[in-house]
Amino acid sequence: MNNEPAQQNNAILFFGSLGRWFLRAIESMGDATVLSVTSLAHLFAKPWQGKHIVIQLYALGVGSFVIIAITGAFTGMVLALQGYYTLAKFGSESLLGSGVALAIIRELGPVLGAFMMVGRAGSSITAEIGIMRVTEQLDALQMMAVNPKARIILPRIIAMIISLPLLVSMFDIIGLGAGYIVGVELLGVNGGAFIGEMIAKITPMDLYAGWVKALGFGILIGVICTYMGYRATPTTEGVAKATTQAVVAGSVGVLILDYILTSFFL
Amino acid sequence: MIRTEKLSRHFDDVVALDSTDIHIKEHQTTVVMGGSGSGKTTLLRLLAGLECPTSGHIWYGKDDLNGISQKNLYKLRSRMGMVFQYSALLNSLSVYDNVAFPLVEHTQLDESVIHTMVTMKLEQVGLRGFEKFMPSQLSGGMAKRVAFARALAMDPEIVFFDEPTSGLDPISAGVIASLIGDLTQRTKMTSIVVTHDVHAGLAIADHVILLWQGKVIAEGTSDVIRHSDDARVQQFIEGRPDGPIPFSRSETSYIEDLLHKPGTVRMS
Ligand SMILES: Nc1ncnc2c1ncn2[C@@H]1O[C@H](COP(=O)(O)OP(=O)(O)OP(=O)(O)O)[C@@H](O)[C@H]1O
Ligand SMILES: [Mg+2]
Repeated sequence: MNNEPAQQNNAILFFGSLGRWFLRAIESMGDATVLSVTSLAHLFAKPWQGKHIVIQLYALGVGSFVIIAITGAFTGMVLALQGYYTLAKFGSESLLGSGVALAIIRELGPVLGAFMMVGRAGSSITAEIGIMRVTEQLDALQMMAVNPKARIILPRIIAMIISLPLLVSMFDIIGLGAGYIVGVELLGVNGGAFIGEMIAKITPMDLYAGWVKALGFGILIGVICTYMGYRATPTTEGVAKATTQAVVAGSVGVLILDYILTSFFL
Repeated sequence: MIRTEKLSRHFDDVVALDSTDIHIKEHQTTVVMGGSGSGKTTLLRLLAGLECPTSGHIWYGKDDLNGISQKNLYKLRSRMGMVFQYSALLNSLSVYDNVAFPLVEHTQLDESVIHTMVTMKLEQVGLRGFEKFMPSQLSGGMAKRVAFARALAMDPEIVFFDEPTSGLDPISAGVIASLIGDLTQRTKMTSIVVTHDVHAGLAIADHVILLWQGKVIAEGTSDVIRHSDDARVQQFIEGRPDGPIPFSRSETSYIEDLLHKPGTVRMS
């Protein structure tokens, strides 16, 4: 009959849990920062982890090349197609080159590249570290006087930071190439105009902004995915949940960071 | 050499270890026995510094493990070995690389010397020829033996064994048990062995500690334990189903649980 108190209760419950969620999120961010900073502090300490960084660069970076190439190619192709039909309405198909290039270099390269890396490399980092936690491999390392932060976390974060900007550059190049093929070879835009416009409109700042974003996303993904794995509840469910959370937090984090960085560069 | 002082570890409401005072002597085999959930693994993890006590102290000679620096802890651990209850082999490395791991990490030894040492350790546990196998290709008992070889790779001074013989066939278990006894005597190793295997435990022990619900209920040489007149000790070493130690650790009434409280036990 009178459901006012119930409503009030619901509201309190809602804001209560929202508040708790928010506090937990802040707390995790703090934890993740501490974990990654204390791990990265081992970069210049003995023993030098160079070999393990290279191994991770290969696994995470080189291993992700194909998926980045495919994503880049189709992104460039779709952009050229969409751009062409939009621009054709105004008779300005010659602008296609700059349109495709700006969209890819400033936004789509870093963001889509980062998404692909969260899904492919980030999730595997979380799952791998989580399983090492469940099976006590991290404890075994500790017992052999090998610091898991230096050995496991550090190389993965560094590999992420180095490989994402490189992969994003590949994404850009392949995307532009694919855009050129669709625009010029298939749709018949003038090749000279395509490239001329592209070169005229892209400033060094655009390239720089793209790399800074890629670097930022690399740090973000590396930190989140290693943290989620390291702090996973040591059960099968815990690792599954951590992996999902890593992908969600990584992707959303990329979008938020993208907005922040874009607002700096524009 | 290792002493605990009012050592306790709680997990929320569960008291895994309750104010224990234990003394582990150098160059001896100390066997820790006790039923499931009596706090044996917890004790080992605390002694190894893998977990922090809720209260109390662990002394290694004059060094307190509480507040020890990471550097000193690692220095201490480079003299330790541990066989985990579930082996904890590094999944991404072959059997050879797992056993070689501590040597590669902490020594400047030549590849060929390491090879010799790994081969010797694997021979000791009867797994020479399995160097190329990955941990996923091993049976539980084989993994345990690899873990054993790995723990001994650096010829440690102190070794923790968490159920070194569980999951092994009787012959392997016998070999491993006598190996522990042997190594302790010959190489002046200090071993702390957690086991359910009363027979093997009493056979190799210089000192036995019996845990029950996180407390030490008896300790002494094997003979002292065998002839203890504590009914709980007798029940444990004879494996009698009835006696002062209940098989079930539930606190609620069985009948109550059967009849009432629908929905309190849930499978998800
Ligand atoms: N990480 C943990 N979180 C919560 N409770 C724990 C944890 N580890 C151990 N416990 C609890 O502490 C008690 C002692 O556990 P422990 O693993 O030390 O037993 P155990 O003597 O090694 O048993 P088992 O012989 O079955 O291996 C148990 O009641 C267990 O439920
Ligand atoms: Mg145990």
